[in-house]
Amino acid sequence: MSAADFKPHPDLPPPKFQTGWVKWLRDNLFSSPFNTFLTIVSVYLLYLSLPWVLQWAIFEASWTGTTRAACETADGQPRYGIGACWVFISVRFNQIIYGFYPPELQWRPNVVAILLIGLLTALLLKGVKYKQWIGAFTLIGFPIIAGILIHGGIFGLEVVETDRWGGLMLTLILSWVGIVASLPIGTVLALGRRSQMPIVRTCSIVYIEFWRGVPLITVLFMASVMLPLFLPEGTEFDKLMRCFIGIVLFQSAYMAEVVRGGLQAIPKGQYEAADALGLSYWKKMGLIILPQALKIVIPGIVNTFIALFKDTTLVYIVGLIEMLHILQVAGRDSEWIGFDTEGYVFAAVMFWIFCFFMSHYSQNLEKKLHTGHKR
Amino acid sequence: MKFVKMLLATAFTVSISVSAFAGTLDDVKGNGSVKCGVSTGLPGFSAPDASGMWKGLDVDVCRAVAAAVLGDASKVKYVPLTAKERFTALQSGEIDMLSRNTTWTVTRDSSLGLNFAGVNYYDGQGFLVKKELGVKSALELDGASVCIQAGTTTELNLADYFRANKMQYKAITYDTSDQTVKGFEAGRCDVLTSDQSQLYALRIQLKDPGSAMVLPEVISKEPLGPVVRQGDDVWFNIVKWSMFALVIAEEKGVTSQNIDNMKKSTDPGIQRLLGTSGKVGANLQLGADWAYQIVKQVGNYGEAFERNVGMSSPLKIARGLNQLWTKGGIQYAPPMR
Amino acid sequence: MVENSNTPPSTKPPWHRDPIIRGYIYQTLLIAAVIAFGYFIFNNTLYNMEKRNIKTGFEFLSSEAGFGILFSLIEYDESFSYGRTFVVGLLNTILVSGLGIVFATLLGFIMGIARLSPNWIVAQVAKYYVEIFRNIPLLIQILFWYSIVVKLPSARKSLAVGDWLFLNNRGFYIPAPVFEEGFGIVLGALLVSIIAVYLLTKWAKRQQEATGEQFPTFYVSLGILIFVPGLVFFIAGSPLSWSMPALKGFNFRGGASMIPELMALLIALTVYTGTFIAETVRAGIQAVDHGQSEAAHALGLRQGLTIRLIIMPQALRVIIPPLTSQYLNLTKNSSLATAIGYPDLVAVFAGTTLNQTGQAVEIIGMTMAVYLSLSLTISVFMNWYNKKIALVER
Repeated sequence: MSAADFKPHPDLPPPKFQTGWVKWLRDNLFSSPFNTFLTIVSVYLLYLSLPWVLQWAIFEASWTGTTRAACETADGQPRYGIGACWVFISVRFNQIIYGFYPPELQWRPNVVAILLIGLLTALLLKGVKYKQWIGAFTLIGFPIIAGILIHGGIFGLEVVETDRWGGLMLTLILSWVGIVASLPIGTVLALGRRSQMPIVRTCSIVYIEFWRGVPLITVLFMASVMLPLFLPEGTEFDKLMRCFIGIVLFQSAYMAEVVRGGLQAIPKGQYEAADALGLSYWKKMGLIILPQALKIVIPGIVNTFIALFKDTTLVYIVGLIEMLHILQVAGRDSEWIGFDTEGYVFAAVMFWIFCFFMSHYSQNLEKKLHTGHKR
Repeated sequence: MKFVKMLLATAFTVSISVSAFAGTLDDVKGNGSVKCGVSTGLPGFSAPDASGMWKGLDVDVCRAVAAAVLGDASKVKYVPLTAKERFTALQSGEIDMLSRNTTWTVTRDSSLGLNFAGVNYYDGQGFLVKKELGVKSALELDGASVCIQAGTTTELNLADYFRANKMQYKAITYDTSDQTVKGFEAGRCDVLTSDQSQLYALRIQLKDPGSAMVLPEVISKEPLGPVVRQGDDVWFNIVKWSMFALVIAEEKGVTSQNIDNMKKSTDPGIQRLLGTSGKVGANLQLGADWAYQIVKQVGNYGEAFERNVGMSSPLKIARGLNQLWTKGGIQYAPPMR
Repeated sequence: MVENSNTPPSTKPPWHRDPIIRGYIYQTLLIAAVIAFGYFIFNNTLYNMEKRNIKTGFEFLSSEAGFGILFSLIEYDESFSYGRTFVVGLLNTILVSGLGIVFATLLGFIMGIARLSPNWIVAQVAKYYVEIFRNIPLLIQILFWYSIVVKLPSARKSLAVGDWLFLNNRGFYIPAPVFEEGFGIVLGALLVSIIAVYLLTKWAKRQQEATGEQFPTFYVSLGILIFVPGLVFFIAGSPLSWSMPALKGFNFRGGASMIPELMALLIALTVYTGTFIAETVRAGIQAVDHGQSEAAHALGLRQGLTIRLIIMPQALRVIIPPLTSQYLNLTKNSSLATAIGYPDLVAVFAGTTLNQTGQAVEIIGMTMAVYLSLSLTISVFMNWYNKKIALVER
């Protein structure tokens, strides 16, 4: 018998239970008695809840019409409480997006929204040149243009008072302004917290820890009712402005901590190299450290943005009508009483969509930006 | 150190110099609008309609003041306030006047630094219950859960009433009046307590208004009226007399419809009211036609009442105490002379 | 030789370029600015308050409050003072934050571990739980759960388990223990057995380290904890009775109850904060090198023991710092109670009391001070715990 006689037997198929979906089921669902138990319980719970939710939200829901009657009857039969009444949302849709912004002027926020989407897309796409300039414009130039367009008052644009702003528009404005304005303040505070000068450091720490230690509600309440007491008589801000001040005071403390994280992540060699070159403190920070640190903390900034975006629901405390509150106001209309569940669900879904995509965006960024550091 | 002193001195002078007194009237004229604190939504008294326009009896007081001062009733900037924030908003100068179902009490007059400029609605606190409970009197409410709005005198009255009658209760305190309705509707509480006018307004917000009834007991006096800050008597007078002008116009039978004819009236009272004789307007530091503008644009008290809360509104509240003194009520304005 | 001709005259920079002197100048300026700003605010506030006739000072704390509070951990009725309302609100805030922290930690750890479970469905459920509830504002969740809780049946149609437990839209009622004379002895016995168990555990650990022998600590401890106080309880003649909830008039009376506002707030805080804790836990576990669990398996440790003895102690070092900030967030977020009428500090004290007295500056100041101290306390405790479990480098 020689080696040439050896005929390898063709591979046997794997055992029946080790292939395909059977193996997947065994590995993933029934690998142990405890796992089997968990699987059965989970499936049973899903079986109980899912059909009910789908039925309420989709199959039995009312989608068309303009009146309450469209929800309460179908083919002449009363059908109250079986399905959701999305008519309630569609009737008020314009208010949910723009608040009480005059309809004939709504092209202005629309232009701002398109501009913003354009800028963000440009920042996202690969191969677009001058990204840093576009980024700078998004942070500095764009808010000015947006402010002029939405508020009006110059270039012959009709003024729209801030008490008519509302809905999703106001939610976005609040969070955008909150982030853009708190970024520079937060950066200064972060630098202050890492400063060699004890008094500067103490002041920064006290500021940061104070605002991080109190709930946003009390900050907003303070901004709303106490700020006018703090300022000289005759100084006046409208409600929205005071709200901005409160949010920025609060948010800059959180921003400072995010930026500090970035500053700490920059290797010491960078600081020393800059010192060795004889750069002054501000040149060292502005040219060497901050550009690197800020790049690292972009995901952190997006996360802060998400948190603020969710927190804007609290401005109802000071009587600003953002998206959640406008749905509550709508539910107070005697024509549409009893549909607040639909209102909450809609608001929840809207917030969820925004937050979900932003958080995934930030996770992707994180992966992209961290390639250099991973082993 | 010198520098520090200098800085402190500068800050001090700055804070003094800008603190120079400016009257509310000048502020209002300068801004071109009256900043008026209203409720966040109470049908019949102040609530925005579908197009975002504010309507109601309290709103009409704001409009009357704007008409008197600026000649245009629409020049009001409405600031919706919860019961909690309303006084601080007024004290801090965020609003020029507050017209938000606010009860006149001695504490508010004395320790809050406020002035009540009259009464635009005489009210009293009552109870709304579900009919299915079978309760016929407030004295049967021992042990009940009561929905109530935070930061109001009703909270204190409720406590007093139950204490006086040796009954137990649980107060479920919500921020806004519509939350109290939702709580009541859902059955979180057995009773909803508030001023009677509000009970009617809140009842029409129920899915089935017929399922609830207002109990006969009225447990408190609630004179509701517009409020201003203390220390500015010019403005106090303007708000006070804008209120009275509404009532006097009704007494004299002047309405928004017939006012232009009434201008030719020979009744000296009407002449003084409409500014065709006398110097009432100038004394109040207003234009001669201040009351004319009020009645022309807002109507008289009776018109405002009917339109917002009376029989021609969904609330259908009878005039009752709010009838003129000449007709059996207690709405009474001092003479304008 | 021109050796000395072009030596710089002095290496010392001019004084205004000296970083140390500059530092002093900057800091002096900063102090001056802060003081000036503080003085400016203080001065304005005093002037404005005086001009508007707003009362100042803390005398209001001792005057009668005159309003009722739905739920209080200490004795309270309308005749107590405003100062008492502060305490009632504070205790309610501490109650909901404390319970919230416990439940959120439990849920968060379960879900965080479940996300890494080999069971596909369990992992997916955990993943969807995190993705859904993390991205919805807390306020909406609170309102949502509250609207669910008040839709429970009314008091007369309560869901009941025998005559013991009742659930309705007025709350969740359970029998409450009523301690009678002599119960102190039972408590004393309990205390003694707890100390005994503590000493036993220490001894068992030392024993195991010295000899490798394991002592069945858990079962023996359980035995001591149940048997000793139980025996004393019966010897003392069962000095305990139960107050049973029963429907009287409009509501249940007797027993202990949890109001729906607390339930809704607690569910929302737990579910919301649980998502963040789950993510933290997952990240912490994943941060532990895979080799660690492989090594543990190679040593023959079962999965449960591997997690408990090898993975968790290492993961906790990564988990604790972000967990601390979640606890702080939860405590601050409990102030949203005001949206559904749970009588916490913001709702009672910064709400009703503020409105009745009108002294905004004092009351908001006190409220902020309370939250700052709560935050500080939690931070200090968690830092202590973090130090305790930190890697001891030898």
